[in-house]
Order: sequence, then structure tokens, then C-alpha cells
Amino acid sequence: MTVISTSGLARTFTTPSGPVEAVRSVDLSIRAGEIVGLLGPNGAGKTTTLRMLTTLLAPTGGAATVAGHDLVADPAAVRAVCGYVAQSGGVDPFLTVREELVTQGRLYRLSRADAAARAEELAGALGLDGLLDRKAVSLSGGQRRRLDIAMGLTHRPTVLFLDEPTTGLDPGSRTDLWELVRSLRDDHGTTVVLTTHHLDEADALADRLVLIDGGTVVAEGTPAELKTRYADSPDASLQDAFLAATGRPATPAEPAPAAV
Amino acid sequence: MLFHGTAIIFERYARQTLRSRFQIFFGMLMPLLYLLFFGPLLRDLPLGSPADSWQILVPGLLLQLSLFGASFAGFAIIVEKSTGVVERMRVTPVSRPALLLGRVLRDALLLTFQAVLLVLAALLMGLRAPLAGILIGFAFTAVLALSLASLSYALAMRVATPQEFGPVINAVTMPAMLLSGLMLPITLGPGWLDVVSHLTPFRYLVDAVRDAYTGSYATAHMLYGVLVAAGFAAAAVTVGTRVFRRAGA
Repeated sequence: MTVISTSGLARTFTTPSGPVEAVRSVDLSIRAGEIVGLLGPNGAGKTTTLRMLTTLLAPTGGAATVAGHDLVADPAAVRAVCGYVAQSGGVDPFLTVREELVTQGRLYRLSRADAAARAEELAGALGLDGLLDRKAVSLSGGQRRRLDIAMGLTHRPTVLFLDEPTTGLDPGSRTDLWELVRSLRDDHGTTVVLTTHHLDEADALADRLVLIDGGTVVAEGTPAELKTRYADSPDASLQDAFLAATGRPATPAEPAPAAV
Repeated sequence: MLFHGTAIIFERYARQTLRSRFQIFFGMLMPLLYLLFFGPLLRDLPLGSPADSWQILVPGLLLQLSLFGASFAGFAIIVEKSTGVVERMRVTPVSRPALLLGRVLRDALLLTFQAVLLVLAALLMGLRAPLAGILIGFAFTAVLALSLASLSYALAMRVATPQEFGPVINAVTMPAMLLSGLMLPITLGPGWLDVVSHLTPFRYLVDAVRDAYTGSYATAHMLYGVLVAAGFAAAAVTVGTRVFRRAGA
């Protein structure tokens, strides 16, 4: 069953220096229970695509359906079934974990009592037990990220969008987060759409990858398919496949210092 | 849904305010200083009015409190945009106008509370005014706070940095304060200043509250004050909700 389908989805920003086509035309078809990685260099249009799919940004072209609801005609219905975790998270650092989780539950129209119970439940499920009365600012990077995800899971969404969920996490926290994402899909059937420019993350976590470059989809398939198609071997590195598909590396190399 | 959402947002920000004594009291510092150190200067000056000098100054200070307190309210939303709080709320099904209205209600309530404290201090300094007049003064304070906070949040949603926001607010609030005759009746000055003064909405509000403080309720000043306050509030909330409906989407 297709949960997300987009056709020619586009967004052009009007800037003083002229129009900027952040997303030119994105066609996606994502099935229920898939973990899909949107992969691409910075500025490829990944975040803009997510912001459109989560109703934060109106498309300037194309159409999309999310969980059976038309994105443009019925954004409220889309909001009710989607969770979104932005790169910056979305909690006030000086409020407690409980305060933020309960408020989020209330915004998703839970009663006071249900919101309080849901906060406890989420804290238990995401390893935040005992942290409910701590301020978000005092959490570790991994705990903070799990809180961000708990906020997005408040209403048990059909689709969860994660924008660069592991940016800034240490290797242990990253693999913990991958586990969490897999268990969301395995235990609840949640469809997960995440953006990343870490090839190892895409390779390890996603069932299917969508390579986005210059605001359009340049390739898609399972990691193994992409490696076979673009680098002639399922054992090739995703970096090689990415290079072949886009003509440049996923993460531009840092310029080497001229002198140390 | 609008009411429910507004209540949730109001509660969230009201709780934050209640936890911060700084936020509760700091905003009234400037009008309080004017009351203490400027008010006594007016005692024996000819102000061109039969009213007592406190009956002229205190209405001005109430609106000054509202003008400065509410105009800078938008700073908070600039911070919340950078922490992702605004977008996180915008992806929930909460009504868009509720995200604005919950905040401005908190601001209006906070500024009205500060106005009550300011009037209590003024009573100690020597203010005498009828209770009905004082209550009318609070109503104008609250409506002005609601209006200016709506505009402030709307502007804050549109700008990217506090560096763009602060100078714009300063550039509006300072001339607004001077031209509205909050400190001294503009009628003391030349005719052209009086004409310019009537181009700001605040002038009508301060004239209305000054009348109320002398117990004159059925006056032309009061009528214009009520009409301008209501019209300004309607326009400001309309602009604000439009920005909140469309921002980013």
C-alpha cells in the first residue's frame, strides 16, 4: 500500500536575487512500513521536500498525497497522521521533558490525563525514564534526540519524517537511534522517511534510498540495487554509486589545510 | 478547536511567565521610574487641564507600559524559531490563529497585572481617580497590549534575526511615545504637533483614559478612544492571524 506519493512536487523560493528552485520536481512513491532515506548533498532539496510533505511549506508545483490525504487540499488531515522531527529538534531547552511532552500531547488533542499518561509512556519507550523532570538543556545529545523523536511520536503517527536525525551524535548514540527507528517500523508498522548525507547511515538503516540532487530525484532503489546499477557490484561502496549517479560525492571533502 | 488550541498555548506561556519573577516585574520598571522621578515634577506645573497632574500622567504611563511591553513580545518567537519550537507546533493539528492568540492573551494579562501594580504605586504617590475610570484604563491597557503584541509576533515571524527586529521596534515605539503625548498633554504644544499626534492611534487612547480618570465617561474623547482601540485591535489581530496562517506555508 502506498502511503506517500508525490508527482512533480516543486518549490521555488522568491528571493531578492531572483527565483531559487529549491525543489524542481520530485516524484516519490513510498509504501507503508518502509524506511526510506532521502540522500543527497547539502542544498539538494531534501529538507525542503520534507517541509512540504509535513505541511510547513506550500508546494509551488505538483501534487502529493500523504496517508490518503491531499497535501494541499487537506493539510490538517496530513498533520494528524504525520510526525516530524526537524534537524533543530523542537523543544524549548529551558522547559522540562514532561512539560514539553504533555504540551505536545495536548496539541495533538489528548485530554490532560491522557497527555500526562502518554508522556510517561513515551519516556519509558524511548529510554527517558527518570528524566521527565529534567530540563531539556541538561540532557545528553542522544537523550535530547530521543526526546525530539518522542515529541514526533506523541500521536502514534502513520508516517514519521526525520530530518538528519543523527547529526551531532556520537557513534554509539547513532547506532542506538538506528535501532529505535527499526523498532518503530517493526513494532508499529510506522513508515519512516529520513534525510541524511551519511552514506553509512543510509546503507545500514534504509530499505530504499532516494538520491536527490539539484532538486530532483536522480536515482532510487535499495542500497544493493544502487551499488549494482551505478558501481557494477553489490559489494561496491555507496560512495562509488553516489558518485556515479550524481557526478560528485555525497559529502564534499573538507579542503585540506595548507599548513599545520 | 480555536478556543481549545488558544487555551493550551496560553497555558504554556503563562506557566513560563509565572516561573520568571524577572519577566513578571521587570517590564514595569520604566513606567515605575517615570512615576517616581518624573511624576513629582509635574505637581505644580500648569498642564492646561483642570485635572490633577497624576490623573494626566498615570494614564500615559499605563499606555507606555503596554506600548513597550507588548511591542517587544516578538523577541520570544525569534528565539523559538531558532530552537524549532515554532515549526514543531505548526506540524501539529493545532489551529494556526491559536498559536498567535494564546501568546497575545498571555501578554495582555501580564501587562494588565503590571498596570494594576503601577496604579497601586500611583495611589501611594497621590493619585485619586474613580474606580470605574481606573478599570476603563486597565481595559485600554489590555486591548492595546493585545494589538501591539499581535503585530510584534507577526513581524517576528517574518524577520530572520533579532538584529532586524529590535531596530524596527525601536524606530516605531519611540516616536509613538513622543507623539502620543503619553508624558505631557500634546495640547501644551504648537498646533502642528497636535495634528501629527492625531495620526497615531495612541493619542486617542490616552485622551480617552485621561477623561476616564477624571470621571468623564460620555465624552467625544471616550467615543474616539473606544473606536480607535477596537479598530486597531481588529486590524492588528487580522494581520497577525494572516501571518500565522501563511508563515512558511
